[in-house]
Amino acid sequence: MSGKSPSSPMSAALDLSGGQPSVPHVSMKSGKVWTFGSTALKIAGLAVFAFLLFGPLANLALWSVAERWYTPFKLPVSYGLRYWEVVFRPTGDAMSSLATSVTIACLTVLVALAVSIPSGYALARLRLPWRTALMILFLLPQAFPSVAIYINVARVFYSIGLSGTITGVVLVHAAHGLVYSVWIAAAAFAAVDRDLELAARNIGASPLRTFFTVTLPLAAPGIMASAIFVFLESLDEFTGTFFVGVPQVTTLPLLLYNASMGGNYQIASITALILLVPSVVFMIVIERFLKADVLSKVGQ
Amino acid sequence: MERPSFLGLLLITPALIMIGALFLYPLGFSLAAAFTEPGGGLSLMHFQKAYELYSTDILFTLFIVVVSTLLTGLFSIIIAGILTLSETPWLIVALRNLYRWPLFIPFIVAAQCMRTFLAKNGLMNNSFVALGLMEPIQTTSFLDWRGIIITFVWKQVPFVTLMLAGAMASIDRATIEAGRNLGASRVRVLIELVLPQVAQTLLVGLVLSFVTMLSVLSVPMMVAGSQPTMLTVDMAFRINSYGDYATANALGVISYLMAGTVAWIYLRHNVKREVQA
Repeated sequence: MSGKSPSSPMSAALDLSGGQPSVPHVSMKSGKVWTFGSTALKIAGLAVFAFLLFGPLANLALWSVAERWYTPFKLPVSYGLRYWEVVFRPTGDAMSSLATSVTIACLTVLVALAVSIPSGYALARLRLPWRTALMILFLLPQAFPSVAIYINVARVFYSIGLSGTITGVVLVHAAHGLVYSVWIAAAAFAAVDRDLELAARNIGASPLRTFFTVTLPLAAPGIMASAIFVFLESLDEFTGTFFVGVPQVTTLPLLLYNASMGGNYQIASITALILLVPSVVFMIVIERFLKADVLSKVGQ
Repeated sequence: MERPSFLGLLLITPALIMIGALFLYPLGFSLAAAFTEPGGGLSLMHFQKAYELYSTDILFTLFIVVVSTLLTGLFSIIIAGILTLSETPWLIVALRNLYRWPLFIPFIVAAQCMRTFLAKNGLMNNSFVALGLMEPIQTTSFLDWRGIIITFVWKQVPFVTLMLAGAMASIDRATIEAGRNLGASRVRVLIELVLPQVAQTLLVGLVLSFVTMLSVLSVPMMVAGSQPTMLTVDMAFRINSYGDYATANALGVISYLMAGTVAWIYLRHNVKREVQA
């Protein structure tokens, strides 16, 4: 912002001519018309943008409360929460899918943290050969067309009895989320002040105690952010579960897919809304966990 | 600190085993299945079959992904450009609060949204009819290649814009002000002064988007059901209907090649930049 201050008198002068400084010597009257026209254009553009952005979501919300909606009608014929009752019925498919999804996501976070905290620390603090190559290796599962990988994972899992099991799905999700957990954990450890660790060592703490009482607590917000990333990634994952989990493991995305392909748009839309909640909450709180000092070190 | 740390290698081993078992091993498996014939020798017969059956879909996939990537780049440049160069504070605030929304929305939810929004009787056509822009008889369903492109662009623009706006915010404002003082229009400042300085970030964002779109299975399955379709759907079909791993893996290798070409363009650009520097 400080870089902007010298220019502010100029931009204030520019705004008088309606944000179009390249038109010199406009008379006051045509200047006003121009300002009005340009403002109207901006509002119209913003409205179109908002429609394209939120229209699809509005359609989803409408479908979730539409009890009957068929072709000639622009809006649902009758509204109601009947399908919400169907979805949230304790014995329904949706509740068991939600439980499966959350269980898988939590286990995925545990597995991802168990491998990424040690490797993040090693990448941030210890001397490793081919460090850059190792960092890129963790990126590869995200940077490769994944369908071709998953069909072969499914084949391998089938031969060792892991296909259609929660364990199999958790492993696939954890490998997919590893780039987030390792990269963010490494950045979080790199952002911890080394002097604090040295101070702890100086007053006689063992390396292990220093790690658990100084380094880990200081890196915790960043590691928390990586856990949230992995949790969401697992909750939203479709392709891997589609190949490895079927037919026994039905997560929310798979339920959504089956309902949608079966023409049951109400169930599909309500499931989609359930999946939206954590995504939107995350978008709002992410800045609290992922501080700028950690963010600037991601991927280094 | 001269020698590699033994402890470091020990700590990173579990993560490496995981990548090896769940990514490198299946990758080798897919290459082996694509290139070996039933007898065991090396051959390209599966590629021939894949080409005979799916040459249209290969071109279709390439077309969808390239067009979506270019449109994503275009819209991201426009939005990030307005965020950086606009002199109307309320427009910047409104746009900044709007554009991010689809960022964390899963592809499958985006696909379900578009499946209803873009349908013949969806909210988009209904709104156009209600506004008098269109007669009910003129409405058409967008649930084909256009739907896939719209969904991809809708989902990827926030991601690339986020990266691009960040990069644009960190460039030296003095160059922009100098251009403006010399009388260059904002469009010209954007194209000639700002874009060259953030080209690297734009390229990274677009390469990542390209590969992401190449890997998505749910969007082509849910938004456009019929033929032609994208390679991801063909692979799933070969497996689920015929158990035909050889052809599916040949299609997989073709999608690696597409991703690899883009990665190569990116690396070449990087090398050129470093030589210049």
